[in-house]
Amino acid sequence: MIEVVSAERCVTCDKCVLACPTNVFDLGPDRIPVIARQSDCQTCFLCEAYCPADALFVAPHAHPEPAGSPLRDERHLAAAGLLGSYRREIGWGHGRTLGASLAIGPDVLPGFGRPAAPATASPATAPPSPERHDR
Amino acid sequence: MTTADTRSPAIADLTADVFVAGGGPAATWAALAAAEAGADVVLADKGYCGTSGATAAGGTGVWYVPPHPAEREKAKASREALGGYLADRRWMDRVLDQTYANVNELAGVGRYPFPIGADGAQIRRGVQGPEYMRRMRIRVQRAGVRILDHSPVLELLADASGAVAGVAGIRRQLDTGYRVRAGAVVLATGGCAFLSSALGTNVDTGDGALFAAEAGAELSGMEFSNAYAIAPAFTSVTKTAYYSYATFFHADGTVLDGAGSTKGRSVIARTLMAEGAVLCQIDRASEEVQRQMRAGQPNFFLPFDRLGIDPFTQKFPVTLLAEGTVRGTGGIRIAGDDCSTSVPGLYAAGDAATRELICGGFTGGGSHNAAWAMSSGSWAGAAAARHATALGATARRREIRPLGEAGLRPAGTPGDPGQYREVVAAVQEQVLPYEKNYLRHGERLRPALDSLDATWTALRAGLRGSGAERFRAREAAAMAAHARWMYHSALARTETRGMHKRADFPEQDPAQHHRLLTGGLDTVWVAPESASAVEVAS
Repeated sequence: MIEVVSAERCVTCDKCVLACPTNVFDLGPDRIPVIARQSDCQTCFLCEAYCPADALFVAPHAHPEPAGSPLRDERHLAAAGLLGSYRREIGWGHGRTLGASLAIGPDVLPGFGRPAAPATASPATAPPSPERHDR
Repeated sequence: MTTADTRSPAIADLTADVFVAGGGPAATWAALAAAEAGADVVLADKGYCGTSGATAAGGTGVWYVPPHPAEREKAKASREALGGYLADRRWMDRVLDQTYANVNELAGVGRYPFPIGADGAQIRRGVQGPEYMRRMRIRVQRAGVRILDHSPVLELLADASGAVAGVAGIRRQLDTGYRVRAGAVVLATGGCAFLSSALGTNVDTGDGALFAAEAGAELSGMEFSNAYAIAPAFTSVTKTAYYSYATFFHADGTVLDGAGSTKGRSVIARTLMAEGAVLCQIDRASEEVQRQMRAGQPNFFLPFDRLGIDPFTQKFPVTLLAEGTVRGTGGIRIAGDDCSTSVPGLYAAGDAATRELICGGFTGGGSHNAAWAMSSGSWAGAAAARHATALGATARRREIRPLGEAGLRPAGTPGDPGQYREVVAAVQEQVLPYEKNYLRHGERLRPALDSLDATWTALRAGLRGSGAERFRAREAAAMAAHARWMYHSALARTETRGMHKRADFPEQDPAQHHRLLTGGLDTVWVAPESASAVEVAS
C-alpha cells in the first residue's frame, strides 16, 4: 500500500491525485497530496510511475506497514534506491529508454495449468517469445 | 467533503451519441471506434482512464497471430479442450483478424514501442500495461472523446420502450452528479474480482453486469468465475506465468508434490487450506531467463526487491488471489456479432462481456483476454455509433427514467450509509475461500448461495450510500448479484468443464455441452442456451 509522500521531493503537480485509479490522495492544506484513504489503495504502483519527482513509495504488502517499518522511512527508502525505482524500471522519465521497447520476456514453460504457448513463428527463425502471462 | 445524503448535489447534464462506461482496453478501443465512426463520445471511468483496471497495472500477452492458415489453426485449437469445447471457431476467426489489425494500428498510428526481435522485426505479441494504456488514453483524447475520470456510473437510463438512453453517475473528486443522455451505451467496466487486491482489479466490482441485468440483459458462463492467481503472500502482484520456473514447498522445506504441474494450483490451494503456508522458489530459471524476466515484467520483481528477497535463491511464501470474472470467462451475454446485448442501445465489451465465444470455460494467460478486449471494444463502439446515428435527434427527445435499484433505491427504509462494508465482507466470505469457489462441491455451494441470497434480501431492503462515496453501495450490490449468478450457475452445471470443477461431479458430461445463461436480480434464473439463442450468438 501507499506509505510515503515525500513533502521534500513533491513538486505539487497533482498527477498522483488524478492518476490513482482508486482515488487514494487528497490535497493537503499546503497543496501537497496526502494519503487520505490508504485502505482503498490496491497496491498497483501506478502512482509511482506517474510521479515525476520520485516522491511516492508503495510498499508491496496489501496491508498497511506497521509503525517502525523501514518501508515507511523515507530516508531508508532513498538510501536503498527504492524511491522512483518502478519509474526507472519501466523507463519513464526524461532520457530513459522505454521499458516496453525492451520487454522481451522468457518463454513460459508448459505444464502449469495452461497449454504450451502456441508457436506463432517457425522455430528456425523465431525470436525469443514474449511471455503469454497472466495479467 | 459533504456526506449528508439529504443534500441534492449539482448535476452536470451532458449529451452524447455514444457513452462508454469504463477506461481500460475495451473501453478505449470502443471510444476510438465510435469516434472514428463520427460519433460524439463521452467516456467515464470509475478511476483514471490510463491506470484503471487489470491491464494498466500489469502487462499482457496478446493473441496476435499472423494470418497464415497453419498458425491460425494451431492458435484456435490450442485451448479448445481446456475451454470445454464451448468456444466458437467463427468468433475466434473474427477476433484473430480484428486483434491483428488493432495491434498493427497500435504499432503504427499508436506508436507503441514494441521490442525488436533478433530478426529485426517488432515483436507484437505482448504489451506492457502502463505504456499501452497511457497511449490509449492519448489516442482517445486526440479523437475528441470527452473523458470523465473518477466518475463512476451509478445506473443506466432507459426510454419508455426499455431501450438504453444514457447513464447517471457521480464525479467523486468534485462531489457532483452527472447525467449523460446518449443514443447508445457501451459497458466496458471489467469483470468482478471481489476486491481481492489481485493486481489492478479493485476497480472491477462487476458494476456493468448489474446495470445490464437491471436493463433486462442476460449473462452467460457465470460458472466460469473461479480463476485464482499466484502472488507472493500478502502482496498484490499476481503474475502466475513466471511460476512455471518455480518449485513449491511445504513450510518445512520439503518439495510439494504435484504443485507446478497441470493441477498445480489446486494442490497449492489444498496445501494452503491444510497447512496454512506454501513456499516457493523460482529455481528453474537460468541467468538468461532471469534477465528476460526482469525485462519482460519489471513489476513482477517489485515485491521481491522491496522486501529484500531473491526469488531465485530464497524460498518465499505464496498465496492465491481470486480473479473472479476478470480472468474467468463469464459476463454479459453477447447477442450479436456487433457485441450488442439483448437490450436495444446497450453493448458490452471486454471482461464485462462473456469471453466464452473465444475461450469457452477457461482462460489461461492474458493473451485471449487482451484480444477479446480490443476486438469486442472496437465492434461495440462502432455498432453503438451506428445505433446512435440511426436514432438521430430523436435520441435526445426521449423521456428517460432511471433503472438503478439495489444499493441506490432500497425497497425499504435506508440503513446506515456504511452498511456497504458489511455487504462486501459477507460476499467475500462466500466467494474468496478456496473450498467454496475454487474447489467446488454442491454441499458447500448450496449453503454459500443461501447466505448470499440472504445478503441480497437485506441489501435490497435497506442498502443506500451517501455523498461522493455512494457508488460504494452499488459496488457492493453488484458483487452480491455477481456472486449469486455465479453460484446459481455453478450449481446448475452438474459436471466438470473448463475452469468449473465440481468435486461431486468430476467428469465432463456430454449432455451438458452447452452454455448456461443466467439473469434476474431478486429472483435469479439459469437456463441452457437454447438452439435459437445459439444461432444468434454464432
